[in-house]
Amino acid sequence: MKKRKFGLALSVVLAAGTLLGACGSKDDTTKGDKEDNFSLAMVTDLGGVDDKSFNQSAWEGIQKFGKDNGMKKGDGGYDYLQSASSSEYNTNLTNMNRRNFDLIFGVGYLMADAVKEVADQKPDTNFSIIDATVDAPNVASILFKEQEGAFLAGVAAASVTKSNKIGFVGGIDIPVINRFHAGFVEGVKAVNPDIKVDVQYTGAFDKAELGKTTANRMFTTGVDVIFHAAGATGNGVFTEAKERKAKDPNANVWVIGVDADQYKEGQVNDKTNVTLTSVMKRVDVAVQDVAKQAKEGKFPGGETLVYGLSDNGMALADSHGAISDETMKKIDDFAKQIADGTIKVPEKVEKKK
Amino acid sequence: MSNKLTNILVPVISVILGLLVGAIVMLVSGYDPVQGYIALWEGIFGDMFTIGGTIRQITPYILAGLAVAFAFRTGLFNIGVEGQLIMGWLAAAYVGYAFELPAIIHLPLAILAAALAGALWAFIPGLLKAKLQVHEVIVTIMMNYIALHVANAVIQSISDSGEKTPMIHESASLRSTFLDTLTDYSRMHYGIVIALIMVVIMWFILEKTKRGFELKAVGFNQNASEYAGMNVKSNIILAMVISGAFAGLAGAMEALGTFGNITVQAGFTGIGFDGIAVALLGANAPFGVLLGAILFGALKFGSLNMPNVGIPVEIVSIIIALVIFFVASGYIIRVLLERLSKKKEAK
Repeated sequence: MKKRKFGLALSVVLAAGTLLGACGSKDDTTKGDKEDNFSLAMVTDLGGVDDKSFNQSAWEGIQKFGKDNGMKKGDGGYDYLQSASSSEYNTNLTNMNRRNFDLIFGVGYLMADAVKEVADQKPDTNFSIIDATVDAPNVASILFKEQEGAFLAGVAAASVTKSNKIGFVGGIDIPVINRFHAGFVEGVKAVNPDIKVDVQYTGAFDKAELGKTTANRMFTTGVDVIFHAAGATGNGVFTEAKERKAKDPNANVWVIGVDADQYKEGQVNDKTNVTLTSVMKRVDVAVQDVAKQAKEGKFPGGETLVYGLSDNGMALADSHGAISDETMKKIDDFAKQIADGTIKVPEKVEKKK
Repeated sequence: MSNKLTNILVPVISVILGLLVGAIVMLVSGYDPVQGYIALWEGIFGDMFTIGGTIRQITPYILAGLAVAFAFRTGLFNIGVEGQLIMGWLAAAYVGYAFELPAIIHLPLAILAAALAGALWAFIPGLLKAKLQVHEVIVTIMMNYIALHVANAVIQSISDSGEKTPMIHESASLRSTFLDTLTDYSRMHYGIVIALIMVVIMWFILEKTKRGFELKAVGFNQNASEYAGMNVKSNIILAMVISGAFAGLAGAMEALGTFGNITVQAGFTGIGFDGIAVALLGANAPFGVLLGAILFGALKFGSLNMPNVGIPVEIVSIIIALVIFFVASGYIIRVLLERLSKKKEAK
């Protein structure tokens, strides 16, 4: 009996301790001056911070910014929350606001409505949305010129194809993916207008098996390069390509990755890799840029920032020798022309009617 | 031990057991369980914001649970609540923005549209089951996928290849500035009132009407019911339709309350599937479903606060799953309790 009472007392003390502790830290953060005590946080959409894609990239950007500025993970520093369903966006954003973060990123177009709603309710906090535009004075919208990076990928693909058939595997048919699609097709055409681009939207960002069957169909019909802009669905494209390469080391199969450098995804064995290159969307660069402006008190609220080739917001990943020097020169040439505005890459694909 | 006492003790012990095992999981993975559970508690009852959020989370669970439970009571396994919910969500969102009417007509119309859409989606498997003996489990599962992709296609076509419908008009909204200010924008809405009324309606249909008696009888034994002169086929269809209407209403809660529109969904919402667990927890009785939904919704919403003290989402999901696991396996505890009390009596 005595033991039990002791245990109870112990847990009560512990509980009280944590409660009081929590109160203490809260006071600290509200007391501190916002200017020199800058803190930032992000809320993911359905992908986690390890999605090998833009959530991960955003989190890496925040971590880097935190380390560069001597901040710690947690309240008053930097942190993230993951959302498991769309009903959690709003709650997670509000939770971050209640923890007194100065700048809160919503990552992904799915969160646009939630960011708009919470930003209107909490006009004193700064928010930022990635891949969508939200019209509010305390929200900075971050967009990318996906079409510019995809254009360069199209040039690369057109230069390595032998069958003159190239594939594009998209996730859901939405503006962000349409920009990848349009830029890619345009890039291919710039090299050789006779190349056929087989376009397939899988309707999902999280179904690797769909990506695999789509890639299988494309490769079987003679396609030898596939560019995927389909998140985790694209992992299936890599799987299919790797299986083909493992069976026949001489097969001409290539995959172009998206969002982050997906070189590792294409590793067949020590010597062979099916990743031609990756269209990198530097969410980390954009996040750090906005965070820096906010810390300096110049938060671009109400503005839409568009990152492209000219400001390192888009880039092609290292091809590890898969692309010849001659083609690299061609790509650099195109990149310069896009960056200085000589070439304007369209955002939308003209629909066949 | 008296029966009543056991009935109360079993769920309480199950929850405590679940929390204990959850605590062990947290300890083993190097997190402080006390801090974790305080965060869970505060995430549910901490202040007006979390209470509002908890109630909002509970609302669709009640209706989804009722939908599954109603079908269950009539001998049908409706796995299609998810699809019926999506159709209801779509219908309510559409009526909400496409018409401009005074609130007194608009809101009921949008709710009715959702119930009808859900009912229609459940009518198909009901009809197939009644006329052609096609098993409703298979049909309802497949109807879920059809609902998901049909809804996505409709959203894309009415929003001109965008990814969401326009916001509903104020006159169709279940939300209010009063609740928003009271609960610090927790998105709590008046849907909870509708859900509670539906609990009473389901109880009334099943326990107080001749139809309800027939529906239950068909659930117990189809042959006997037919022999007694009941129309088994029409009862099966009716049961599915009512079940689907409940599911459609759950969708209306999302459309008219929580979100105010419908977005292209990459996957299922999960509410319909959680509804199966809610119904089982509540022993398929209307008021049991209410309690099951409260437990489920509270855990689900409260757990969102646990990552705020540094416990990863993955651990949180395990803990919540453990609690539900123990609650669902209440039968084991019941047997144990009976054994214990028998031993005492023997002494």
